[in-house]
Amino acid sequence: MVRFKVNGKERSFDGDPEMPLLWYLRDVASLPGTKFGCGQALCGACTVHQNGSAIRSCTTPMSEVGGSEITTIEGIPAMHPVQKAWMEIRVPQCGYCQTGQIMQAISLLKENKNPSDQDIDTAMSGNICRCGTYQRIRAAIHQAAKETA
Amino acid sequence: MKLIENVSLMAATNAASKTGARVAGAEAGRRRFLQGVLASGVFVLSARFIPGTFLAEGEQNPSSLEAGLWMSIAPDGMVTIIAHRSEMGCGSRTALPLIVADELDADWSKVIIKQAIGDPKYGDQDTDGSHSVRSSFDLMRQVGATGRVMLISAAAERWKVPAKECSTEPHFVVHGASGRKVGYGEIAAEAAKRPVPNNGNVPVPLKKRSQWRYIGKETNSLFDLRDIVTGKAVFGMDATMPGMVFASVEHPPVLGQKVKSHDDQAALKVPGVKKTIVIETFKPPHQFQPLGGVAVIADNTYAAFKGRKSLKIEWDESPHSSYNSAAYRKTLEETSRKPCKVVRNVGDVDAAFAKGAAGGGKIIEAEYYAPHLAHVSMEPPVAVAEYKNGKVIAFAPTQNPQAVQETIASVLGIKKEDVTCHVTLLGGGFGRKSKPDQVAEAAVLSKQLGKPVKVVWSREDDIHFDFFHSVAAMYMKAAVGADGRPTAWLQRTVYPPINSTFDASARYADDEMGLGWNNLPFDIPNHRAENGPADYHVRIGWLRSVANIYHAFAIHSFADELAKAADKDSVQYLLDLIGPSRTVPLQYKEEEADEKQRYPLDTARLRRVVEIAAEKSGWGKKPMGKGRGMGIAAHRSFLTYVATVVEVEVDAKGQVHIPGVWTALDAGTVISPDNVRNQFEGAASFGTSLALFGEITATNGVIDQNNFDTYQLARMNRAPKNVDVTIVESDSPPAGVGEPGVPPFAPALYNAVFAATGKRVRELPLAKTKLV
Repeated sequence: MVRFKVNGKERSFDGDPEMPLLWYLRDVASLPGTKFGCGQALCGACTVHQNGSAIRSCTTPMSEVGGSEITTIEGIPAMHPVQKAWMEIRVPQCGYCQTGQIMQAISLLKENKNPSDQDIDTAMSGNICRCGTYQRIRAAIHQAAKETA
Repeated sequence: MKLIENVSLMAATNAASKTGARVAGAEAGRRRFLQGVLASGVFVLSARFIPGTFLAEGEQNPSSLEAGLWMSIAPDGMVTIIAHRSEMGCGSRTALPLIVADELDADWSKVIIKQAIGDPKYGDQDTDGSHSVRSSFDLMRQVGATGRVMLISAAAERWKVPAKECSTEPHFVVHGASGRKVGYGEIAAEAAKRPVPNNGNVPVPLKKRSQWRYIGKETNSLFDLRDIVTGKAVFGMDATMPGMVFASVEHPPVLGQKVKSHDDQAALKVPGVKKTIVIETFKPPHQFQPLGGVAVIADNTYAAFKGRKSLKIEWDESPHSSYNSAAYRKTLEETSRKPCKVVRNVGDVDAAFAKGAAGGGKIIEAEYYAPHLAHVSMEPPVAVAEYKNGKVIAFAPTQNPQAVQETIASVLGIKKEDVTCHVTLLGGGFGRKSKPDQVAEAAVLSKQLGKPVKVVWSREDDIHFDFFHSVAAMYMKAAVGADGRPTAWLQRTVYPPINSTFDASARYADDEMGLGWNNLPFDIPNHRAENGPADYHVRIGWLRSVANIYHAFAIHSFADELAKAADKDSVQYLLDLIGPSRTVPLQYKEEEADEKQRYPLDTARLRRVVEIAAEKSGWGKKPMGKGRGMGIAAHRSFLTYVATVVEVEVDAKGQVHIPGVWTALDAGTVISPDNVRNQFEGAASFGTSLALFGEITATNGVIDQNNFDTYQLARMNRAPKNVDVTIVESDSPPAGVGEPGVPPFAPALYNAVFAATGKRVRELPLAKTKLV
């Protein structure tokens, strides 16, 4: 039995300990805002926070979730400055990867209040956007940083 | 044109709510509005336009009187507009209703968009070919304008004043003389009883361009924007049905293989796995039928994935087991070196070549190669379907819900009308998601299990079993005079055609010739375009901008080669090749009448985008240091004129960086300029992926790439740092915006690499060539 919190709520799980957190969130906890993209931590669509830091939920087995606090996009109180910037810059096209991008960006801004282009590229290059909204993502992160400064 | 009324929206809405499923667009939060729509006294407008004037070429002409129900106004004033095209990131779902709202003079904040199910009454719903706005612009305007006329008519009747004294402001009918006004919601029930203007026989008057409130405005943003950034947007991956089980399918590694035997004992021991089911392999042609294989049914997606790893399957032989990319390339190239089928001829190329060689002119030849590509939309193929009492309800991220109906009907032997396809948002599409094989898998499995089934493809499934963008070989030859201009230009292209998906004997790409091959806009007296035959060994499909990708790569690389051979500036040479402003005479098919009349190939528009892109990029004015260079290409596709300048920096390790891209486009009338810029910024990134990394290969019929480690895409650190997009202001009819940004990118990049390094690379992707 694994005990942990998701978006502030106590949860427990006694299924297959190898099940990635991603599939627990989506199929068991009915929190579909976290997306499946690759299953191998190659694309970042599944990014959530574990104790405040961005992780890839598709390669995090439930056995490693015990005792931790998980935050998904559903647990981010709208409108977070990052989400607001995403709307103002009109970043999304299809939108599928954007919850992962936003979770990664929130984590970046927590660690680095005023990231440079280079900082952003480094932090965000694990997150693929097939629609190619990268320059808007970069601009939105700068804007959110300004707003929270 | 004829307009009729009906109430089929209500039926559709009820059917959707009965399934208890989550549907697209975070609809749950808007249910109260829908209830408003369903309340009595609702004004429901449907439109049917006869004859085909307002239907795009090739569209089905709606033939029943239930055709095309487009919008309704509830007593509370909420306007519901039907989006009959899918949203995969190009903005169609927002753009079409926005056009209706503009002509209706609606307040956009009081508009709800309802996604249409698949139904021929909407005409063609296939969201591909960059034609959603182009095909529906006139129709959507008429729908909105007709509603506005009926609202005015109702208010005038109520006030006992002539209708011509009334006008509208957003969401109100106003009578200027008396200062009276009435809200759309309040007058909706009366408007519903008004006769349809002109009996629907002629188009109603439309707004002047200067009166548009939404069309062409910078303030437009995606209807689903807020849902997307808060994680509430419902994609196909998020669709559920009560009581559903999860399935993952082990497909035949080689196209056409069948399951000889399988052992599922170990798989069934995996926690959560319930059962395995063999899916029959299609009979050729494969079309959109399931590939076959063994499905693992489980309580959740992960258990289904895990169970698959323990399956032991023996496959039989397939005629495609001998498919090896290296050998196949040689075959294509050999074909391209010999005369092929002529698809366009101007003047006498052979005579000009003979004369050129004899007269001291230069003959220049070059061969280009482009590999298969995979779509890899971020959301892999997925679908939920339930078979019950001979009928199927499906939820799918599909570009073409009517193809879902047709495919499932054909595979299960039921009527198309008995398949209901709800369209979710698509996590990218790029052409892959007009092919609904995974939806058919879900329906087949549901029939066997007696409960709803969600089929989820892994990323590896997506890459191994795509409908691939075709591999292609191109041969180019030109005779060049003393002035450096070509007197003759021959181009040959060879690749397995998309039609092989529908006809296993198809070897010529007749349908792809219009995609940048039989319409070269250059001013050359002798020109011949040819197409050679090729056999397919994997499923071939259309991918964002389709054959334009390799056609533009060959043509615009070769144009630059000629420029450099003549020691001319690339931009000047390109303008010279395009030649004077004129309409290029082309052969049009009967079904291309609209294209011939409304979208003639106008070289003035092509020249203009070249000049703008060059100007904006600082072409010829910016000092280019060592390892830096700029390249240009200009290509018209999907009726949109695009020129792109790419600047590259090649570092000491030979890695290519892209500090800047400048694109100018003329797409005629645009609906949402900021979204159009986003499409072209994205196209630069899509272009970077295919130019630098994209390559799918096969060994003994099995695809070699697996996931984003072996099939790489541009990430933020490799994508263009800055993409500058200029939209040419135009009153011309709307053209495409989703795809046309892609084709000029790769040749512009390669031309820039030549400018930076002196290396002329003639094959995609660049990763295969060492630059230092």
